[in-house]
Amino acid sequence: MIPELAHFSLILAMCFAVLGFLVPVIGVYQRDRVLARLSLPLTYLTGVFTFLAFLGLCYSFSVDDFSVLYIAENSSQLLPLWFKISAVWGGHEGSLLLWVLILSGWNCYVAFRSHALYEDFRGILLSVLSLISSGFLSFLLFTSSPFVRLLPNSPQIGGDLNPLLQDFGLIIHPPMLYMGYVGFSVPFAFAIAALITGKMDAQWARWVRPWVNFAWAFLTLGIALGSWWAYYELGWGGWWFWDPVENASFMPWLAGTALLHSLAVSEKRGLFKSWTLLLAIFTFALSFLGTFLVRSGVLTSVHSFASDPTRGTYVLTMLLIIVGGGLLLFAMRASSIRNTSYFDIFGKESWLLLNNILLITLTLIVFVGTLSPLVLEAMGSGRVSVGPPYFNLVFNPVACLLIFFMGIGPISRWQSTKPKYLLRVTWFPFILALFIATACFQFLLFEWLAFFAFTIALWVLIMAIRDLLGKAVTKDTTVFTRMRKLPKSRYGMHIAHIGVVISLIGVVLVSINSEERFVRLHVGESASVKNYQFTLSDMAVSREANFVSQKAEFNVTNNDVALGVMYPEKRYYQTRGQVMTEAALSTGFTRDLYIALGERYDDDSWSVKIYVKSFVRWIWLGALVMMFGGILAALDKRYKPRGEIE
Amino acid sequence: MALWLRAVFVWFAFLSGINSGMALADSIREFETPSQKVRYEQLIQSLRCPKCQNQSLADSDSAIATDLRDQVYRMITSNKSNTDIEDYMVARYGEFVLYKPVFESHTFFLWAAPLLFLSVGAIVFILVLRAQRKITETEF
Repeated sequence: MIPELAHFSLILAMCFAVLGFLVPVIGVYQRDRVLARLSLPLTYLTGVFTFLAFLGLCYSFSVDDFSVLYIAENSSQLLPLWFKISAVWGGHEGSLLLWVLILSGWNCYVAFRSHALYEDFRGILLSVLSLISSGFLSFLLFTSSPFVRLLPNSPQIGGDLNPLLQDFGLIIHPPMLYMGYVGFSVPFAFAIAALITGKMDAQWARWVRPWVNFAWAFLTLGIALGSWWAYYELGWGGWWFWDPVENASFMPWLAGTALLHSLAVSEKRGLFKSWTLLLAIFTFALSFLGTFLVRSGVLTSVHSFASDPTRGTYVLTMLLIIVGGGLLLFAMRASSIRNTSYFDIFGKESWLLLNNILLITLTLIVFVGTLSPLVLEAMGSGRVSVGPPYFNLVFNPVACLLIFFMGIGPISRWQSTKPKYLLRVTWFPFILALFIATACFQFLLFEWLAFFAFTIALWVLIMAIRDLLGKAVTKDTTVFTRMRKLPKSRYGMHIAHIGVVISLIGVVLVSINSEERFVRLHVGESASVKNYQFTLSDMAVSREANFVSQKAEFNVTNNDVALGVMYPEKRYYQTRGQVMTEAALSTGFTRDLYIALGERYDDDSWSVKIYVKSFVRWIWLGALVMMFGGILAALDKRYKPRGEIE
Repeated sequence: MALWLRAVFVWFAFLSGINSGMALADSIREFETPSQKVRYEQLIQSLRCPKCQNQSLADSDSAIATDLRDQVYRMITSNKSNTDIEDYMVARYGEFVLYKPVFESHTFFLWAAPLLFLSVGAIVFILVLRAQRKITETEF
């Protein structure tokens, strides 16, 4: 009964979403305030009924209702309760339901925060958001309902959750990633509303910026979690594979980053306005495209767990209608939007323009690299792979260039900066960074790009600290009063930039300073990697709730100082007949020790992969810092709602 | 209890199953020179396992990846060049196995695109700045 009620509630949600699209449009068109105002309750109703449907599915999962096809395929009685709940988004149907839930949740929040908005504007904004909701809700209902029953012959045991997904990282990774993807539908809706009403000014930019920041922060976290999960769960010790699914989430991130920066110019200087609108549309389109790529199964990937070609067509059609409509509107209305100031080559605007150009170049590189195998195969040129060697060669230098400008941009001034000032401020930090990097590389393997990237990272770091100190230390007040007075957005920007620096240092060091060994060990034997010794002291078999585990015990010492014991595992999940490698990790601020168990040989020895990963934590730490910076900037007091968009 | 025993049995049956065929497949590689070792590691990173979802030879545990790692090892120790090894792999499994696509007519766009984007970006940058200078001269 519960699944039927949940299904019905989902249908209701779709009806409200369709109404939420139509009613405000009619209201705005006929200048009927009551109709336009109905967009609020309709948005809330869509949210409530989607939530009820989601709750229904969670409940059915928790009571092991295997008469529901989706639950029979993705859960089992043996799963612990928290995995039963996270199994709700373990497959395609459920993760789409989660997506829709988050989408309508965002919409409700937008509606809740929209009271200061001009009424026509709000009507169109919420109507666009409802249109997106109804698109996804109908997609869910017509092509991938999670409530399909298996009656009367329902199975007694479930097919179990994919063991790869039975993991904490996977409980929180999809919700965060979806918050990011879905979050970019808000700036899209704002852009459409701006194009229709013709109101695109500084106030508009102040309204959109927090939404973009939040979406960007969540996407950052989502991507970092995915990378972290792949690192410890897939058992290869890599953290980024340039896999199509990773690229699918990376493209909206890059475009979203460009949008963040272009919005800054639109707000502060009234420039790049139509470009900002276009970016908002494209960022949303790339989020959509990501969904299409992952869900349609057109790409072979290690990360995708549920795909079906027929669904791809549906997403693609939606993409064409919504984004195509947006672009058409842009083509018709963009010329009415005027820029209101000017700048010269050393103004902050021109660095931000460069930032946007480079970020878009990076987005396009990832785009071409991800899609060309598809295109080439369709053209009959055979199957081609585009992997890490390609991206490392073409992506990394451009990314380094971008980060180089990150050092100059923040300290330059709007409109125009004296070149002498730029030189005066930047030369000493640069020499200092060069000096520190040279000192550090005495202990590291020398490689040009790595050295260059490391130097730039240090330089940007020094410049950020210098700028904050320079702003805080003044003659008339104490440092602390002055620091309190600096706007949060300034801190947010520098913190996010420092996050990039931290990640970059992690990336450089993990690539040039790590060591791995592939060894074959009997119980009692040991291997050493860098200055760590790993002794295989025991092998044991144990039985857990839903798998059998082969566990090895390693005593780890660092130059004869005992560090503790590590337990790499191989797990056999009997329901699905799948074997999983559970790597053992000893995490640290400057290095990770990583042991993955391989196969057993006839003479009872085991193949073991041992890695010492230098500074790998910094990659995700940097992402967390970036996220924190993004959120901090969004909390700046000038984004507090006041007054209408006029 | 019966289930428990059966599970353990299946587990060991499974283990012996995967081991029988490739018992010595992944013993530690011995190389004559360190540069051979580096080449081996680079090659297995940049060659794609032909049967897997999206994994390099180095990352995959599948039987075919193990065999191909052996093949790479044998070819390196018999002094074949990287090009020889890649040609050998392409001849058997197609260009699909190369993570770094070849530079030929059909992949021309793939390799030219980054440069193209950068130059278009540079042109846009110059044009925007020029337009700005014009505005400065005429209006302000």
